[in-house]
Amino acid sequence: MKRDLLVQLLAARANRQAVALITDLATGEQRLVPRAQAGNDPLAEKLDEAFRFDQSGSHDGKFINIHNPPLRLVIIGAVHIAQSVIPMAQQLGYDVTVIDPRGAFATGARFPGIALHAEWPDEILPQIGLDPRTAMIALTHDPKIDDPALNAALKSDIFYIGALGSKKTQAARAQRLRDHGFSDEQIARIHGPIGINIGAKGAPEIAVSIMAEMTRALRLGD
Amino acid sequence: MAASDHTILQQAADWLAEGRKVAIATVVETWGSAPQPIGSQLVIDADGNFIGSVSGGCVEGAVVTEALDIIGSGKPKLLQFGVADETAWKVGLACGGKIGVYVEPVN
Repeated sequence: MKRDLLVQLLAARANRQAVALITDLATGEQRLVPRAQAGNDPLAEKLDEAFRFDQSGSHDGKFINIHNPPLRLVIIGAVHIAQSVIPMAQQLGYDVTVIDPRGAFATGARFPGIALHAEWPDEILPQIGLDPRTAMIALTHDPKIDDPALNAALKSDIFYIGALGSKKTQAARAQRLRDHGFSDEQIARIHGPIGINIGAKGAPEIAVSIMAEMTRALRLGD
Repeated sequence: MAASDHTILQQAADWLAEGRKVAIATVVETWGSAPQPIGSQLVIDADGNFIGSVSGGCVEGAVVTEALDIIGSGKPKLLQFGVADETAWKVGLACGGKIGVYVEPVN
């Protein structure tokens, strides 16, 4: 690999751009193809599939190595469960961002080393940007904070949306979202009650159930 | 690809910036039950330091040895490893798969 190609690859990562590195395994020739330009590549069809399924692979002596942007988890609510979710999410390869307008919750002492925003979700989310490699979980139980975040999430193509709360809370939330003009199909994208049912007790086990559901959405698309 | 693989490539860039010679090994093919998915990477310097993984420990030693030659020659090479059950047990990995590893110098 040429050194400048490596530099370009790392720059693409820093800018959250999906790229594929194509290597001719016989000659060693390489080219870097941004996802946005994959349609013009001779391997367009293979590239499209590889990007979508995050699946590197060899085709007729050409190796396509997919470099999708890192996974990202946006947590709404600098709450207790978030403290359990964060180390697990990091272990699974997520860059974590926490948003909570309540300054008493969103403190560096409670979340050391984490990207923290003590701002309202609808103010900060446009800056963060929601893309298909991003997941969001809403954990505050407070409609004033969770709802604007879920609004933004439903308008984006992020791969997972989860919201903490009982079935009753979810029903009330669904009604509010309907009043905002979202369809039932759109609202159904929200996983709530959040997490797969493993009978979780306490924050660490709830974190396991959330991260399991998020992983299923990432890998199986449901 | 996992985010950790980007950390591995960053390591390659950092080593290069320090003036070290570096090779990158990438799993390009797998057959059967391979321990690490396609795209997994290992970065090696000329002193045999390495970070990352292509097999979960089974063939890293052989890849590092080949990589040192490749850093010297400047020519990439496609290596294939059968991970036979018996051998695998000896090194603590009972997978029985096969993997293709492409090792290339960074220059």
